[in-house]
Amino acid sequence: MEKRELTCIGCPLGCAVTVTLENGEIQSVTGNTCKRGEDYARKEVTHPTRIVTTTVAVRGGCKPMVSVKTKTDIPKDKIFDCVRALKGVTVDAPVAIGDVILENVADTGVDVVATSDCREEPLRKQA
Amino acid sequence: MREYDIVIVGGGPAGLAAAISAKENGVSDVLILERDKELGGILNQCIHNGFGLHTFKEELTGPEYAARFIKKAIELNVEYKLNTMVADISKDRVITAISREDGLIQIKAGAIVLAMGCRERPRGALNIPGYRPAGIFSAGTAQRLVNMEGYMPGREVVILGSGDIGLIMARRMTLEGAKVKVVAELMPYSGGLKRNIVQCLDDFGIPLKLSHTVIDIDGKERVKGVTLAQVGPDGKPVPGTQEYISCDTLLLSVGLLPENELSRGAGVALSPVTNGPVVNESLETSLDGIFACGNVLHVHDLVDYVSEEAHMAGKNAARYVLDKKSGNTSDSRGPVITLKGENGVRYTVPSMIFTDRMEETLTVRFRVSNVFKDAAICTYFGDTCVSRRKKRVLAPGEMENIILKKKDIKAAEGLSCITIRIEQQ
Repeated sequence: MEKRELTCIGCPLGCAVTVTLENGEIQSVTGNTCKRGEDYARKEVTHPTRIVTTTVAVRGGCKPMVSVKTKTDIPKDKIFDCVRALKGVTVDAPVAIGDVILENVADTGVDVVATSDCREEPLRKQA
Repeated sequence: MREYDIVIVGGGPAGLAAAISAKENGVSDVLILERDKELGGILNQCIHNGFGLHTFKEELTGPEYAARFIKKAIELNVEYKLNTMVADISKDRVITAISREDGLIQIKAGAIVLAMGCRERPRGALNIPGYRPAGIFSAGTAQRLVNMEGYMPGREVVILGSGDIGLIMARRMTLEGAKVKVVAELMPYSGGLKRNIVQCLDDFGIPLKLSHTVIDIDGKERVKGVTLAQVGPDGKPVPGTQEYISCDTLLLSVGLLPENELSRGAGVALSPVTNGPVVNESLETSLDGIFACGNVLHVHDLVDYVSEEAHMAGKNAARYVLDKKSGNTSDSRGPVITLKGENGVRYTVPSMIFTDRMEETLTVRFRVSNVFKDAAICTYFGDTCVSRRKKRVLAPGEMENIILKKKDIKAAEGLSCITIRIEQQ
């Protein structure tokens, strides 16, 4: 019998959840205060996922960078592939929250979308 | 002099929520003064997700959370001035501000909501010996450089302090290709949220060294390395535990300080524990008609709580203004009750209640002074324990609250003091 101690990240409570496994099969989940805790623990033990947030450069916008995220969570082991795929991506202003920046990032089937707006406006030359 | 019913100092999450609430509660004339070039405050650089679970029941990034409030404020015709720095607030609510567009302006406010937020404790407050080389940043500065300006502050990083911004930056710098060698925390526990330790350190195999600190910074032009040492219970480095770690960057995430220069200048009474204003049940400071909310009042862990608190401050400021306008000057405050924290409760916000002004329920927020396991949050009316809420874990990094009911307080005759204590089971 194997015990895995996890900290639930479903909400800021951060419950300490214990998952008991037998031959890779989940026997019990304890310590969670809500259903989300159990769902998280089951998923974290079998196929952990994360939402990835980063930035991409903007051309002709009111600011140099615009923040982005994977629209839904992607497998944890794809985090770096996702960031690598976004390296060197530059978008043209204007950008609005929700705009698709990159489709199907790192073959996850998940799009990367903008999480901030950026108006069209050439940056003033830096002195 | 231009006059406004309510002027809000600061256009971050607290200021936005206060403005929206003031409008929703019947005040038409609301102005936000913001020193940055956009509304949203610190949320604009907090590009990670995890915001808004309480408020919107979904997980948003900082800019998305801010955008919802900005949209609402604009829909409600909240006026705002950007690039405007408030220089002074007087006792009688005259605000002096400066901007490139307007020059020096003075505004008379019916009520003021202080929502200036907080700033990071700098290196100078830490007494770390060594030169003053380039490469030492507060975590929030590094966050702004990476996320908004598109600059990387360095390649090999040591982070001192495990506050949330430090943890978030450990992940952010890693994703941007830097090597984060270690996060050192002076205390025997982290000051950050557990979820951040899991997602920002554990996920990337970044070690967290508790009871460790930086005792020397090496490098003259640029940081070349730092010396870490274990810290004993006396707070002093343990001899023989020194370890040199080469790095080009040191990030500091060693605490946040409410930014109360303006409050102090106005004569607002400040708490030595929170460094924020002392407030009553209406989140009103010691000065008539000046309210406070968000991180300027006390440092929060979750923006949802900031929004909630600011909503109350905006509502109470609106009530204050509307009472004055309707000529209702009867100062019926009712008996006053002192609220205090004891035995592991560092402070309470608010710290006093005028019973007649209290709404049906009042949320009292506080932080604990240490990590407690299997403990209970106990509320005492005088010497009588009226509630015990069991908690599996209490930590200084996470804000706690209790909810007081007006009917209970009214029923307790002669009540003059409510105490919140942590008691072991």
